[in-house]
Amino acid sequence: MSQQDSYIDRPWMDPEAEPFIKIQGITKHFDDFIAVDNIDLEIYKGELFSLLGGSGCGKTTLLRMLAGFETPSAGRIFIDGIDMTDIPPYQRPVNMMFQSYALFPHMSVEKNIAYGLNRDGIDKHEVKKRVEEILEMVELGPFGKRKPHQLSGGQRQRVALARALVKRPKVLLLDEPLGALDKRLREQTQFELMNIQSELGITFVVVTHDQEEAMTLSTRIAVMDTGRFVQTGTPTEIYEYPESRLIASFIGNTNIFEGRITKNSADHVTVRAKNPECDIRIDHGSSVPEGTKVWVSVRPEKIKLSNTPPDTKAPNQLTGIVSNIGYLGRLSTYHVKVEGDTNIEVTSPNQIRPKDGAHAFDWDDEVFLSWDDSSAAVLTK
Amino acid sequence: MSQENNSMAGFNTSSYKLPNTSLWQKLSHKLQKNWKSAVIFIPFFWLLLFFLAPFFIVLKISLSEATIASPPYLPMVSWLDEGIVQIKIVIDNFAYLWEDDLYVDTYINSVRIAGVSTFICLLLGYPIAYAIVRAPQTTKNILLLLIILPFWTSFLLRVYAWIGLLSDQGSINDLLLYIGIIDEPIRLLYTQFAVYVGIVYTYLPFMILPLYANMEKLDLTLLEAASDLGSKPFTTFLTVTLPLTIPGIIAGSLLVFIPATGEYVIPDLLGGGNVLMIGRVLYNEFAANFDWPVASAVAIALLLVLVLPMMLYQRIQAQEVEAKQ
Repeated sequence: MSQQDSYIDRPWMDPEAEPFIKIQGITKHFDDFIAVDNIDLEIYKGELFSLLGGSGCGKTTLLRMLAGFETPSAGRIFIDGIDMTDIPPYQRPVNMMFQSYALFPHMSVEKNIAYGLNRDGIDKHEVKKRVEEILEMVELGPFGKRKPHQLSGGQRQRVALARALVKRPKVLLLDEPLGALDKRLREQTQFELMNIQSELGITFVVVTHDQEEAMTLSTRIAVMDTGRFVQTGTPTEIYEYPESRLIASFIGNTNIFEGRITKNSADHVTVRAKNPECDIRIDHGSSVPEGTKVWVSVRPEKIKLSNTPPDTKAPNQLTGIVSNIGYLGRLSTYHVKVEGDTNIEVTSPNQIRPKDGAHAFDWDDEVFLSWDDSSAAVLTK
Repeated sequence: MSQENNSMAGFNTSSYKLPNTSLWQKLSHKLQKNWKSAVIFIPFFWLLLFFLAPFFIVLKISLSEATIASPPYLPMVSWLDEGIVQIKIVIDNFAYLWEDDLYVDTYINSVRIAGVSTFICLLLGYPIAYAIVRAPQTTKNILLLLIILPFWTSFLLRVYAWIGLLSDQGSINDLLLYIGIIDEPIRLLYTQFAVYVGIVYTYLPFMILPLYANMEKLDLTLLEAASDLGSKPFTTFLTVTLPLTIPGIIAGSLLVFIPATGEYVIPDLLGGGNVLMIGRVLYNEFAANFDWPVASAVAIALLLVLVLPMMLYQRIQAQEVEAKQ
């Protein structure tokens, strides 16, 4: 296997790959408010890139600038090597799926989908063929003659997707594509969206506030806050190696310990945490010198619960009392009160069905927590 | 023992109270129901008394025979000897309207003037309404106020003001003479042009307001979606904005067209004797010729001319409501 092949699924790792979308120093002001603050971003062909963040973080503004609805205050946008910054939306090789779907209420499903093709002056028969094809793809074949208000939410979502895809854009922009769907439909549609994306090979840029959605869909995620990127990386990188407390707590749940580095060697770091006082050993090095104040994130699912005390005293151990249990079916969430009145969140899969409703751990049980050297992550911010 | 008594008493009172409360509930429910029908009845009664009844009176007069008396028409129902009731329905008045070119021409003229005025109102009102909708919120309120502001002055006064502007010695002629575009005053007042100016000026707000109300509901992301799909601004207007504002266009057009057709004051004051509209003819029949039956027939025929577009409007509205469901 050549080096080149290994980059196929990770083009951003390839130093020779040419980015498909290049965003250079993009800034957007609304009067005094800075929505997007000097962002640089490179997205590669065929990626499913997510912009993740809370409301007002600037993710939608950035997407709207890619579509051409907003003009950047500064910076340039290149798509497929062409400067798009001053090109109006109707001339960009980009289509958008709106959060509200924005289906034309006075047109049938077919006419909605054909709208973009007709604007391009494509031959009637060709339009008909392509509309039929795309309707088949989104499994709405029999609904072509219906008006949008005669469809369910999920069907409308698929019409919106079909309308945006039928023009075969170079980039598809999706604004909260699954936001209006209920949970079950959302999960199902996530996978459909991924299949369609890999089938067509179109570059997707998705805006979402739902971190689970971003995790499942994306090749890479950029987490945004107050108009800036906080961290960019694959879902695994973002989840397992967060760079800051903001990321660690925004993506999934986590326990954060504050402490100081007591030992920093090449293959591991030891942190002395206060409140609760304990030693945390992490099996990867850190660039931060000894004595620096840091934070350590330990994910709830990486902590082991036990009824019996550990044999030896070692780092990564805590003792506490179960103060709260959340039974979620496939797993349970425990809040364990440890020294210093701190609650540690632990999730553990319910592999064994409880006998007579008695769970492995009950309220007020004394439990012993431990985790692996590879579990924790050092955060410097 | 006393305890038992107490509990018994408690039981009794509760069992007596139960039907009482349900009776009260029934009563209040009935009252509520009646109150609801009363609310509907009041406007219904109002319309019956002041709209439907006069309509039938006018209809009756239109089917009567004219005479020189007071009132100037013969009764429709009269008692003959031997208890025979004679009902005399005269359709001559309507036939007269149909046969006399004056009336037919006046109707056509009225509809034409009202139609053209409505179209001009639409051409002027549509962009104004669109601009107001797209204006920032504070500006929007001021602009809306400006649209409604003319209503604070008497309608008659405003029409008289136009006489001052349009007459041979009026401000417009003065200005044109001063600039030197014309050498002698051009005739503006007592022309069809003056009537158009008057109607368009008076009824423009009735076009703008329903259009505004309709456009306010227009989802602007639809326009973005059209643009995103490759539609240039003007195509977006034709394919998205215009079709979605048709209900507003129809509402505004009817609000202008219907009263403009029967307009009396504006053609009388600004058109003089040169512009014949049905309102003036009706007035002449009624007040000058004292021919109440023909005047009534003119009114009924006018109603028919106007009822058709109204029914059309009703149907479109019903369809729209249906579509929303």
